[in-house]
Amino acid sequence: MKTLNHAQNAANFNKDEKRVDWHDETLWWIRQKRDKSAFQIPEWESLRDAASAIKANTLSNLHQYLIEFEKNALANGVKIHWARDAKEHNDIVYGLLKEKGIDKMVKSKSMLTEECHLNEYLERKGIEVIDSDLGERIVQLAKEPPSHIVLPCIHKKKEEIGELFHEHLGTPAGNADPQVLTEAARIHLRETFLTRKAALTGVNFAVAETGEIVICTNEGNADMGAHLADLHIACMGIEKLVPSRAHLAVFLRLLARSATGQPITTYSSHFAKPRAGKELHIVLVDNGRTRQLGRAEFRNSLKCIRCGACMNTCPVYRRSGGHSYHNAIAGPIGAILAPNLAMKEYADLPFASTLCGSCSNVCPVKIDIHDQLYKWRQVLVKEGHTTTAKQLAMQTMATTLSSPTLFKIAGKTARVTLKYAPFMVNNKFNAWYLQRDMPKVPKSSFSEWYQTNRKQNEQ
Amino acid sequence: MSSRDQILTAVKANQPPLMTLPALDSFFESPKNELIIKFTQVLSSIGGSVIEVEDETEIGAFIREHYPLANIRAISPLANMQGIADRYEAENNPHKLENVELAILPAHFAVAENGACWLSETLLAERVLPFITQHLILVVNKNDILPTMHEAYQKISDETYGYGTFIAGPSKTADIEQSLVLGAHGARSLLVFLV
Ligand code: SF4
Repeated sequence: MKTLNHAQNAANFNKDEKRVDWHDETLWWIRQKRDKSAFQIPEWESLRDAASAIKANTLSNLHQYLIEFEKNALANGVKIHWARDAKEHNDIVYGLLKEKGIDKMVKSKSMLTEECHLNEYLERKGIEVIDSDLGERIVQLAKEPPSHIVLPCIHKKKEEIGELFHEHLGTPAGNADPQVLTEAARIHLRETFLTRKAALTGVNFAVAETGEIVICTNEGNADMGAHLADLHIACMGIEKLVPSRAHLAVFLRLLARSATGQPITTYSSHFAKPRAGKELHIVLVDNGRTRQLGRAEFRNSLKCIRCGACMNTCPVYRRSGGHSYHNAIAGPIGAILAPNLAMKEYADLPFASTLCGSCSNVCPVKIDIHDQLYKWRQVLVKEGHTTTAKQLAMQTMATTLSSPTLFKIAGKTARVTLKYAPFMVNNKFNAWYLQRDMPKVPKSSFSEWYQTNRKQNEQ
Repeated sequence: MSSRDQILTAVKANQPPLMTLPALDSFFESPKNELIIKFTQVLSSIGGSVIEVEDETEIGAFIREHYPLANIRAISPLANMQGIADRYEAENNPHKLENVELAILPAHFAVAENGACWLSETLLAERVLPFITQHLILVVNKNDILPTMHEAYQKISDETYGYGTFIAGPSKTADIEQSLVLGAHGARSLLVFLV
């Protein structure tokens, strides 16, 4: 089956206008919480600068930091694995479980394992995986991928969750009270934590200086899983490193405030050594990251700390939903990470943006997200990964913008067209128009207006 | 070539010229005296409670009054909580903590800006204890409240631990339509005593 592109998915999502409004408003509310929280820290902008600079240093010295991290982690009694791609990552995880004869595993949030499609892979091998983050458990029961990196089921209404829980966890039919549903999940997952011998977690930060990893959750699910299991597997992209503990201060101050407006997540747990007699394995994954490191224009995307702020603020994300991006990571950051993984498959994503720049304004590590989206468009057109219509439009625009005369003529033509023949623009070949009402036509352009008014002023 | 070497070679080939690390000195705050107020405000705003006491006997009295100790399993490694809570000898069997209702633990220090308390493994009978218990009480010295995370990491910069965690409030989730619910998978409540 051909996967639908972002525009087609977004069109489907937009069929239910009320729901779109609700989705939009919920995310905007979270964006506002982020603002309130950020405004309370006078040094917020300096913190963002520092975070960006720390990550720039990390990426420029990643080779050394990875070696240092490995050395220190090994000295702590941690086992280290390296995976070039998703398949190798999945094989390593499966190998560890198989070696111990484990066929049931509890997992806490890890976007990397979504990127690698680990759950599907393990299920095919006969391993049962239970996601323990409440939002992730909900989408798992619904057989859907998460639609947001921090809020996996942000697209779901509580009534739908009530139905799912009624079917799978036996909650009373028709009960959609978040308190009741959360309690049901708590009881169900407690049983899971207590009976699993293996726990897999993601990693928020890894410290080169000490070989420890930091995992942040509000629910406490990563800790419940890891501390009750014999085998803890932590999976991370190689870009998760920070040089030393002192740098964690900067990132922990920014992460939760940017994500949900909380001053910090409830738990920020530092794992340096395995428990006595137990095992801690860390899988370091490349899967395209070294390639992105080599692309000077897109390298900064590797600074991402997965806070989700760029999604919450994005007008396109808010009104098209996470699933429309058909990638593990949605939103503006997903749209610059995905084409690196498979250029052709994700060629539509950098176009799913208005380039308004709101994402870059909120990003705690100051990634130039909207510039990178723009740069991807150039690359994708050049490499022939866009439709002819889009290519023609982009070429016309490039020629027009580079020539003042053509620009003036084009503007005049457009104003005349919009006024007398709106169907020329408002036709089904113009994808931009489908969900929009075209603006009222100004009588004159800015430069025409300026000329007239300047003359008047000079008189 | 092993995957490790392939990845490291690719990293080395693709990483840009060295960029310098920024100085973080400007983020350290000059000592303040409203730290108790700030800590109390922030922790209360994220669902925790704070009580200032004169000495540890007050803590004992409060717990006796507010928790049905006769009917629940309470655990504490603190010497002066004996009589209220059982001392738990680490047996490397965390599953035995399944039915703990109340855990009373000391914390090394607290952080005013975000309401977090730092506990490293030396203070925990079992790593899972502060998570698996239904309710959690932490005891922190009033003089050990630091302004921000910068001071916090400075304090533990040379420390060696197998595990350590910042705990800020009770376990929570807002995954269902952004409605905040306390008591996701970890402790349902958090009470911090400042001594
Ligand atoms: S790109 Fe920036 S704003 Fe978006 S998730 Fe990553 S760190 Fe957060």
